[in-house]
Amino acid sequence: MTPHMLTRSLDRSATIFLAIVAACGILIPLSNLLLPANSFLQVPTYLVALWGKYVCYAILALSIDLIWGYCGILSLGHGAFFALGGYAMGMYLMRQIGTRGVYGNPILPDFMVFLNWQKLPWYWYGFDMFWFAALMVLVVPGLLAFCFGWLAFRSRVTGVYLSIITQAMTYALLLAFFRNDFGFGGNNGLTDFKDILGFNVQAEGTRAALFALSCLALIVGFLICRAIVSSKLGKVLIAVRDAESRTRFLGYRVESYKLFVFTVSACMAGVAGALYVPQVGIINPSEFAPGNSIEAVIWVAVGGRGTLVGAALGAVVVNYAKTFFTSGVLAPYWLFMLGALFILVTLLLPKGIVGTFNAWWDQSKEKRTAAAIASAAAEDGVTEPKMAEERS
Amino acid sequence: MNVMDTRATSAMLYLDGVHVSFDGFHAINNLSLTLEPGEMRAIIGPNGAGKTTMMDIITGKTKPDEGTVLFDGVTDLTRLDETRIAELGIGRKFQKPTVFESQTVQDNLLLALNVDHSVRGTLFWRGSKAESERIDKVLETIRLTDARNRLAGSLSHGQKQWLEIGMLLAQDPKLLLVDEPVAGMTDVETHLTAELLKEINKTHTVMVVEHDMTFVRELGVKVTCLHEGTVLAEGTIDQVSSNERVIEVYLGR
Repeated sequence: MTPHMLTRSLDRSATIFLAIVAACGILIPLSNLLLPANSFLQVPTYLVALWGKYVCYAILALSIDLIWGYCGILSLGHGAFFALGGYAMGMYLMRQIGTRGVYGNPILPDFMVFLNWQKLPWYWYGFDMFWFAALMVLVVPGLLAFCFGWLAFRSRVTGVYLSIITQAMTYALLLAFFRNDFGFGGNNGLTDFKDILGFNVQAEGTRAALFALSCLALIVGFLICRAIVSSKLGKVLIAVRDAESRTRFLGYRVESYKLFVFTVSACMAGVAGALYVPQVGIINPSEFAPGNSIEAVIWVAVGGRGTLVGAALGAVVVNYAKTFFTSGVLAPYWLFMLGALFILVTLLLPKGIVGTFNAWWDQSKEKRTAAAIASAAAEDGVTEPKMAEERS
Repeated sequence: MNVMDTRATSAMLYLDGVHVSFDGFHAINNLSLTLEPGEMRAIIGPNGAGKTTMMDIITGKTKPDEGTVLFDGVTDLTRLDETRIAELGIGRKFQKPTVFESQTVQDNLLLALNVDHSVRGTLFWRGSKAESERIDKVLETIRLTDARNRLAGSLSHGQKQWLEIGMLLAQDPKLLLVDEPVAGMTDVETHLTAELLKEINKTHTVMVVEHDMTFVRELGVKVTCLHEGTVLAEGTIDQVSSNERVIEVYLGR
């Protein structure tokens, strides 16, 4: 990323967004660690973990907005990339347990000992090293997205058909990961993590650091997305979204553009999943559930697709509401509320929260400019009749 | 390989014995047509005569069942896809104006410019003076300089048609295919469009499909009348419009 791409990409809402995320990323961990527990301003550890989860969801939402909001690719299987990133991190965390597991096997994770496996499957090799796991967090979702996208976009699978096969993809992975002999812990998934890079995952300091890192990842992800959408490539993406075949007739290889953003987006989703797993302490096949991916799309729709800031905001708002409502008497009705929310947003706020705000802001700015011109004209008696003439 | 030796024809566009059928319906039937470099050709014909299908074949959207389609004497267009054909230098304006509505007039032209269209090229693109000068020039030609920062979706119908012609100019293809450029235009706009196309024809080969006979007459070029997927008559506007068969199937008595 070159400097001119960064400066060009920062408008007012982006700057405000980045400032808020950076402030949260610094102040929340500091308040959690430094202030006394009884202080009014102290953020309790459980809230740090909860908000850390929201931030990971915000990164996932951002990755969906990049392809859906700007390129019109509605992926209903993005949870799969999130979960794959999570599994890559989970595998590293499993290998760190070592002899502290129930069976005390220094190499094999507990579930493998339980299944009477004698040696580590080849695809678990290397995950004892953090750098390798971190690389796989990007490579595995990225590679899957690249292969999937290469086949789908080259065959010109678009619209609802693409959405359906992305659902099928995440569902197929769900079924595969449920199997014990697949080698990823079956329906229990990977859990009982002990430490990450030598730090206890349960410790307050580690949680605070993970939260700060998640905020940093959100900032970096946001900057990458902004750089992409504000480049000329971003204009091509919007062109593909609005009139795909027209873009082809201008000589753009549409499938390459789609493949590029789809792969970038999957890598981002993988990073979100990798940061999510140590904060919630578990990864299991339910993360592949088709419903999760659909929910993530709803966050983006609520916040405003094609705005980036809105996607992140939508993820936080909807998940805050989910936490709030599912912890009270209304818990059984949450899915109905989510469905109703989606319908209401589609009917009343088709541009989402941020999209609607932006439209209102632009309109009122136009009015203010018009008023300023009119009052300037009124002060200057000579120009007023001339302007009136022009208008008539 | 010496290109001159392998040229099968001197024509810019050469169609011979082209057939296309959709589910048994013969949309194009033994169609043969040649367009010389620098020529402007008007294509007329009743609805369903295969005018748009012919453009689909030339631009790679539809593959013919049989027949030859050669561009510039050497390139077999039936083997290539839309992107490749556009890169070779064939630009197309659609029947229904299709501009990128949510982007500005200026950005529409920027997207159309025939510069590096690769993912990497556009990601690291930085505007150049030459590019913005070309855009300025096109804006002037299509009379949309004042509207450069407006969203293309907010333009009037006629302005959208011009913007699309402007996009063709920015693309700077060797061959322009223009499908119904004056549909829905006022008389003044139609006249201006004819002037614009004549101006474009000075440096480009052009094929225009149009129903508006006044407009075709104003262009003053060779006319081809299609009917049921094949050439019915070819010649000057006066020759074609006095042809018995053309009067029968298209112009009416």
